[in-house]
Amino acid sequence: MQSPESALAAIRVEGVSKRYGQIQALNGVDLEVQRGEFFGLLGPNGAGKTTLISSLAGLTRPDSGRISIMGRDVQGDYRAARRQLGVVPQELVFDPFFSVRETLKIQSGYFGIVDNDDWIDEILANLDLTSKANANMRTLSGGMKRRVLVAQALVHRPPVIVLDEPTAGVDVELRQTLWRFIKRLNQEGHTIILTTHYLEEAESLCHRIAMLKAGKVIALDTTENLLDQFSAHTLRVKLSSDAASESHAEKEIAGGWQTFPFAEFAEVETLLARLRQSGQRIDEIEIGKTDLEDVFVKLMQGQGH
Amino acid sequence: MLTMGGFYTLLYKEVLRFWRVGFQTVAAPILTALLYLLIFSHVLEAHVKVNGIGYTSFLIPGLVMMSVLQNAFANSSSSLIQSKVTGSIIFVLLPPISYLELYAAYVLAAVVRGLVVGTGVLLATLGFGSLDFVAPLWIMIFAILGGGILGSLGVIAGIWADKFDQLAAFQNFLIMPLTFLSGVFYSIHSLPPFWQHISHWNPVFYMIDGFRYGFFGVSDVSPWHSLGVVGACFLLLTGLTLQLLRSGYKLRA
Ligand SMILES: Nc1ncnc2c1ncn2[C@@H]1O[C@H](COP(=O)(O)OP(=O)(O)O)[C@@H](O)[C@H]1O
Ligand SMILES: [Mg+2]
Repeated sequence: MQSPESALAAIRVEGVSKRYGQIQALNGVDLEVQRGEFFGLLGPNGAGKTTLISSLAGLTRPDSGRISIMGRDVQGDYRAARRQLGVVPQELVFDPFFSVRETLKIQSGYFGIVDNDDWIDEILANLDLTSKANANMRTLSGGMKRRVLVAQALVHRPPVIVLDEPTAGVDVELRQTLWRFIKRLNQEGHTIILTTHYLEEAESLCHRIAMLKAGKVIALDTTENLLDQFSAHTLRVKLSSDAASESHAEKEIAGGWQTFPFAEFAEVETLLARLRQSGQRIDEIEIGKTDLEDVFVKLMQGQGH
Repeated sequence: MLTMGGFYTLLYKEVLRFWRVGFQTVAAPILTALLYLLIFSHVLEAHVKVNGIGYTSFLIPGLVMMSVLQNAFANSSSSLIQSKVTGSIIFVLLPPISYLELYAAYVLAAVVRGLVVGTGVLLATLGFGSLDFVAPLWIMIFAILGGGILGSLGVIAGIWADKFDQLAAFQNFLIMPLTFLSGVFYSIHSLPPFWQHISHWNPVFYMIDGFRYGFFGVSDVSPWHSLGVVGACFLLLTGLTLQLLRSGYKLRA
């Protein structure tokens, strides 16, 4: 039985597993993404992010489990499910026989859309591609090809858009152009699912984040909660080098800097007192917020809650 | 661009794909067939008659059909392996296109390429012999079914092969021998009994023989017999290819 809420979910993944030979790429993944969310899917290389996306898109058939997109089963009701989904693949793929506009017209046709020129023009404009509309795909730079991949994923105005590391190896300008456009689509009601290696990107864009490790979801929460859960702040101190280093630091950074996480500001005094007692002299102090990178590193080291 | 859905668009795209590189996909095979004709007819025209037909005239339909078959195979197989190797196959796999539509589009595009090249070969060689076009319907039926069979085989080969050299092996060790040893260049009645017997197990023999019947009204076996064999092969391969596509073998692994 589906609860009405689940039926409303943009994406629903239940107990999905996938094995490639010896590798368990996905190991019982459960996940629900609500409509209108900007959702982050993070994890180190090989965590299974792309495999999960391929399963959503019907490019891979999981060994077990169920997936639905906007309430449509990706196997049983695959036609409806695929209409709901736009995927920007991780690999920079293109068809060398066609121009940018032809590529987008053909992609529209695959979805049964005959007259799509107005929307295609709008996508091209928003991705700064208008001047390349009639250029052959072969002649485009990597960044331009990436933009076309984004455009191709959008031709059928899918309510759910999945971007698999869209900014890997992409210049700053494109990242900004892309995020401006994707944010706008999100504000207009599109559900966005993003995987990225740039954690600042995920931190600033995503409402909720799932962290994947070895095919398992090891954390799933709002970005805010994830950051809070792991002490909201860090104390960074630079110690004189001569003192013996009986360190309590989470991580040591080159140049004598050490980082201590803390939740309440009252803890700072205790931390400093402890350093003083161990006979170390402090040269400099910085206080900062924990970033997603800290959370990520901790979780991946298996220290997650 | 007038398209009604996934199937039409995919068919259009597949046809456009080979047409864009027509020098290589249409002009080159026509030239090859023309060279075969010039060489073989130069050597044999004065010495050989088959079923009362001059050798060059006899050879022309064989070359036309061989071109239809080889190019139909080349079209679907090379399109699939190319898009698999480059990864652009996902553009076809992501949309709501059924495996039936996928099959129909790839195979029909293969038939179109076969017919375009075949027509080109016919026009280029027409002047060298005298053809009667006795039964145009038979000509069309065998050209379309033959193209469909080889187009299907191309889909299977394109899906199965992971690399270009595997596809080349499929082409060199299966398609080429089957098409060359099928009576393109000779009547199998001129063969020793053992080889005649072997030839009867080659489905391509029936494609060529039936196709040739349409031009001259004479053939090694009855055209109905050939149609039965070719039709059965077509249905069998269609079933096999559809099963393969439905299973997601290598495409949706
Ligand atoms: N087609 C495949 N064949 C074999 N192994 C695969 C295949 N696709 C992915 N894998 C393996 O599955 C694991 C997860 O890969 P992937 O989903 O690409 O991870 P991510 O996108 O998080 O980097 C990796 O160990 C990868 O090597
Ligand atoms: Mg990946």
